[in-house]
Amino acid sequence: MEDLKNFIDKVGYPRLIIGGFLLILCILAAVLAIPIPGLLGDILTRVGMNGILVLAMVPAIQAGAGLNFALPLGIVCGLIGALISIEFKLGGFTGFITALLVAIPLSAIAGYFYGQMLNRIKGQEMTVGTYVGFSVVSGMCIFWLLAPFRSPELIWAYGGTGLRVTVSLESTIDKVLNNFLSFSIAGVRVPTGLLAFFALCCFAVWLFGKTKSGAIMNAAGANEKFAIATGINVNQQRILGIVLSTVLAAIGIIVYSQSFGFLQLYNAPLYSAFPAVAAVLIGGASIKKATISHVIIGTFLFQALLVVSLPVINILADGSMSEVIRIIISNGIILYALTRKTGGDLT
Amino acid sequence: MDSNAVLQKIKDRNQSFGEWAFKLIVPIVFIGLCGIGYHFSELPFIFVLNEVIIRLARNSFLVISLIIPVIAGMGLNFGIVLGAMAGQIALIFIANYSLEGLGGLLIAVLVSTPVAIVFGYLVGLVLNKAKGKEMITSMILGFFANGLYQLVFLLFAGTIIPFKKEGLLLSTGVGLRNSVDLAGVRYALDDIYKYRPDAFPMLTIPVVTLLVVALLCVTLTFFTKTKLGQEMRAVGQNMHIAQVAGINVDRTRIMAVIISTVLAAWGQIIFLQNIGTLNTYGSHEQVGLFAVASLLIGGASVSKATYKQALLGTFLFHMLFIISPMAGQNIMNDSQIGEFFRVFVAYGVIGLALLLHAWQSKGKKQSLKSS
Repeated sequence: MEDLKNFIDKVGYPRLIIGGFLLILCILAAVLAIPIPGLLGDILTRVGMNGILVLAMVPAIQAGAGLNFALPLGIVCGLIGALISIEFKLGGFTGFITALLVAIPLSAIAGYFYGQMLNRIKGQEMTVGTYVGFSVVSGMCIFWLLAPFRSPELIWAYGGTGLRVTVSLESTIDKVLNNFLSFSIAGVRVPTGLLAFFALCCFAVWLFGKTKSGAIMNAAGANEKFAIATGINVNQQRILGIVLSTVLAAIGIIVYSQSFGFLQLYNAPLYSAFPAVAAVLIGGASIKKATISHVIIGTFLFQALLVVSLPVINILADGSMSEVIRIIISNGIILYALTRKTGGDLT
Repeated sequence: MDSNAVLQKIKDRNQSFGEWAFKLIVPIVFIGLCGIGYHFSELPFIFVLNEVIIRLARNSFLVISLIIPVIAGMGLNFGIVLGAMAGQIALIFIANYSLEGLGGLLIAVLVSTPVAIVFGYLVGLVLNKAKGKEMITSMILGFFANGLYQLVFLLFAGTIIPFKKEGLLLSTGVGLRNSVDLAGVRYALDDIYKYRPDAFPMLTIPVVTLLVVALLCVTLTFFTKTKLGQEMRAVGQNMHIAQVAGINVDRTRIMAVIISTVLAAWGQIIFLQNIGTLNTYGSHEQVGLFAVASLLIGGASVSKATYKQALLGTFLFHMLFIISPMAGQNIMNDSQIGEFFRVFVAYGVIGLALLLHAWQSKGKKQSLKSS
């Protein structure tokens, strides 16, 4: 009994429940004879697609700013980067890198100001952040409508003003990472470039954590009073964490879009923070602590669950159920983290 | 009086001036916006007035349901979404039994109340576990409950929950249709007595609905004077002191949420009897957002709200709703801009209010520490 309790404490309820649920779904999938290689390929792609957005949670949590619900802030910067690269008709890797080069400074600036703001409202980051994210997305709707883009790829073919709701990337950066060095093994298609890029980002964040400035940021986030006593400028470290998080979000959406094949504008990024938050929490992170392994485990569990549940539920029940299950799981997990005592107050 | 006390007094005055200014500035800005928008929309005055009155009648109840948790120090209760769900469950119930007219509506109110009490109790329990993070928690709770609600009505309706009436379920026999026709109770409350002034033939005023809202305002004022109301105020000001004073803090907070949820359920019933069709999977989603934005536009803050602010805010917010598409059309040649602007205003004003509140309360905490 004691061992079992220790085991549960160590793994954590979220991971255990989601893992168990996934296992049941996998067994069901096997029973229903759903082709496994296709599912595996989908899981790999979606882990790479969503991984960087989930990774964006890590610096913010480490710097002590809690779950970054203002992820859309970085996402719109990433979208602007991608739009500019399309406007100049840049395709393939040139387009991808241009998009990154435009998006990174933009998101760093946005993150800097957002960080300044969060320093004035310590303890309420998550509530305020959620609405900052919502406001940014809805404010950008007006921008998309008025933005002076001219490329026929971006604007409506005839009639209507502003950018399209979804911009196809087919002639530009569609699947540049996915197809890079991609190969098939036993029917499973491995998006090598995508996974490698995700791994690279994870490695960069991990490496940053090992450097001196990373260690200082962690210290500032772990215990503010102690950090002040040792002479760390906590506010500066928090801004650093937010900037990193926002930049990762911008990179994340570009990677996501190139894999998805479309840029989704207007209200599409509105709820984008919630799946990312849920994934990192499923991985075992809390409001105060998150590591790279939490990101990888969480993204894998969450995306695998979504991928496997879709065909299984399609056979067993109505198709829209898988969306419902996604809503219940992701919000249930966030709720669990918020109400946990050790999940703790940020103040 | 020593210099420290004088300094403190000046500080207090500055702070209260800041709060006072914010309380006025937000409504003034929105009155200005509405004025400009009204001018450019070129809509006839009576039309706008008529629309605003209809919307005021159907939305105020929901907005006012937010006030009690604010008094109890729990911030803006985004969990009224659950109350709205309770109201909708009751409406689906009466639609299933083909209950009509005012009687049907009253039965809906009766059915919704116990459901809302249970929901409110559960929300209260969760929020007591997340003190200091009530707003984000209640919001996520709303999303979560929405998932469960969809699960129940998509999968259980017709399989576990029997439905009598034809046409309520999807053709497969499982899951509720996207929209439920509420023709039986449509305008049941509004139509009891509608005042049509002779001078303005386009104007119709749903007197009874407005009276119900007025009654709620009076009751609310009375309620804050009762023992429970005073306890809520005490809990809202300082949980620890209230605890020491012998108030059961957790219980009081749960009571506040239950009242709010029940009011929201009734509010949603009033809202939908005016609309006439229930969008099964969508009617409740925006309830929290629009109600909270309305309250804040009226000049309320996260820690202070009155029914006057709620009414003023509802008036201004819905005025903006009516005029912004036309104003956008006339100014920018695109009615979509008005739509987007309106949504941006809803989110933006909530963000701004939360930001200012967090900023202020942090300032207070620090001045407490240093003194």
